[in-house]
Amino acid sequence: MSSVDLFEYQARDLFESYGVPVLAGITADTPEEARAAAIKLGGIVVVKAQVKVGGRGKAGGVKVAKSPDEAFEAAEAILGLDIKGHVVKRVMVAAGARIAQEFYFSVLLDRSNRSFLSMASVEGGMEIEILAVEKPEALARVEVDPIAGIDHDKALDIARQAGFPDELLEKIAPVIGRLWAVFKEEDATLVEVNPLVLTETGEIIALDGKVTLDENAGFRHDNHHALEDAGDVDPLEAKAKANDLNYVKLDGQVGIIGNGAGLVMSTLDVVSYAGEKHGGVRPANFLDIGGGASAEVMAAGLDVILGDPQVKSVFVNVFGGITSCDAVANGIVGALAKLGDAATKPLVVRLDGNNVVEGRQILEDAAHPLVTVVDTMDEAADKAAELANA
Amino acid sequence: MSIFLDESSKIIVQGLTGSEGTKHAGRMLASGSQIVGGVNPRKAGTTVEIEGHTLPIFGSVADAMNATGATVSVIFVPPAFAKDAVLEAIDAAIPLAIVITEGIPIHDSAEFWAHASAKGNITQIIGPNCPGIISPGKSNAGIIPASITEAGPIGLVSKSGTLTYQMMFELRDLGFSTAIGIGGDPIIGTTHIDALEAFEADPETKAIVMIGEIGGDAEERAAAYIQEHVTKPVVAYVAGFTAPEGKTMGHAGAIVSDGAGTAQGKKEALEAAGVRVGKTPSETASLLREIYATLENA
Repeated sequence: MSSVDLFEYQARDLFESYGVPVLAGITADTPEEARAAAIKLGGIVVVKAQVKVGGRGKAGGVKVAKSPDEAFEAAEAILGLDIKGHVVKRVMVAAGARIAQEFYFSVLLDRSNRSFLSMASVEGGMEIEILAVEKPEALARVEVDPIAGIDHDKALDIARQAGFPDELLEKIAPVIGRLWAVFKEEDATLVEVNPLVLTETGEIIALDGKVTLDENAGFRHDNHHALEDAGDVDPLEAKAKANDLNYVKLDGQVGIIGNGAGLVMSTLDVVSYAGEKHGGVRPANFLDIGGGASAEVMAAGLDVILGDPQVKSVFVNVFGGITSCDAVANGIVGALAKLGDAATKPLVVRLDGNNVVEGRQILEDAAHPLVTVVDTMDEAADKAAELANA
Repeated sequence: MSIFLDESSKIIVQGLTGSEGTKHAGRMLASGSQIVGGVNPRKAGTTVEIEGHTLPIFGSVADAMNATGATVSVIFVPPAFAKDAVLEAIDAAIPLAIVITEGIPIHDSAEFWAHASAKGNITQIIGPNCPGIISPGKSNAGIIPASITEAGPIGLVSKSGTLTYQMMFELRDLGFSTAIGIGGDPIIGTTHIDALEAFEADPETKAIVMIGEIGGDAEERAAAYIQEHVTKPVVAYVAGFTAPEGKTMGHAGAIVSDGAGTAQGKKEALEAAGVRVGKTPSETASLLREIYATLENA
């Protein structure tokens, strides 16, 4: 399952569109924009780094600003900050709030129980992993039936189990209901609010939100594509995606192409083990050309991998189940012909299964100087690692 | 014997008239499966010719079952329509529904699973996003190539399709009672444990290969189950030791899975339950071979 994590400001906007109470917030990519945002919002603001990683507060990624100039300075300090490997490119300037109490709420996929789960606590503000370990009794876990969902009574039940005081129940329940609507209507696998706050004036507000969307449901959400973080994607990953290839860039030297996620993962493992004997070379990527891969798809995959300057050798590992090995072999030969002199890296090919004899014959007949055909997955991994270390 | 599927299984295909459905129905027929019809409400009453067989098209799963006595439905319906297809199979109370379709939204899978559970799990679901199930020489329901190997004493259960094929290929000289690909989606019907339980009860199955991969805690649960309930030898393979850390599910997700999900964690859990775990598919096959040889000599 692939999924898309949203930035806080995207979650905030989504919440707002579902009537979840949030504070005013304006994004800024420069200190000047942050100052302008602070002027627009007025009063005390909070400048928050927009990164998809926890612990930004401790890393200096959240600052309170009492004036537009302070907002400028805060943004200047935060933009460009490296928070656990995530460089801050954008901040959100949010209106300040006078907080009386902090709570926690989430609803998420619970794969072990093949269902959904809601978690809530009146002890918010704390990191939820720590709360779950240190005070598990303070974190209510309530199963949510995927068909029945969370209606008003269920929301009251969750709030009661979490220990919300009676006078807050009727205020909290509608917010929980709207957060469920976000989860359900947007095909999310996670909607988390931490903290959910009670202000001194008695309002409930979602102060910070995390949302993860299910990419498989993209076909029924025209708005989701725009929420994907195109700016952070590696150029090779973008190229692969444009060709509908499932590709993840890694740090090693052996380019990997295979069919089926399980077999490709297994190939990464086998190449890593083989690399231990060959200077510690490692897989350069994950690339799954899918169960029914055609010659064109193989060619597109090779094109992406050969475009990675870190790659020293390529291991093509295909088991022809639905895919036939002759199609794969034709894809390899075709891609190399198209690339011509631009193809300079050795290819180790292991084919088995459907039409394997024809596939191996095609490669033998083509007799391309860069291609070595090896019989088994283990031997091929060893050869590819050896060539990457040459 | 075999598990879940045998020569008496009567199969219908939901999505038979689509290109994937037609292609794979042809392969299933060629490998000897009894396909008795297809379902497509817009083409009810017509027939299609596949592999020299004339197959009737019915308007619903219930109609198809009434007319043919079908016991298995293989579902090739595209993701946007898959939920309704599975709900229809459940409402018709077909004993086995195999969902091949890849890319079904998780909310849809959660809903049809909840619906199947509410109906008392009369319909066993395999998948979604799976290659299906084959009992070589008897029947083949899904997309597993029948040409890899023949009937034999090994039972295989796997999350991954191509690793299913790879392992069948590695052990092709021994053969399989049943090989089942349960799918790698976060919500699936039939689990490793369901298959282990059935293999344990199946007299034809002498030893079991279990293939897992990173994510979730299904392998850890299977390990606990094996320790308690499985007397037949089990070897396992887990893929994904060097896989990149995927996008995290946020903090709440980590709490729910209790830190389970890494390949190393799964390997350790299985080994603690007495299961031998291979580092590679070929090593796993060697382990199985070793164990099987001692069974034969016993």
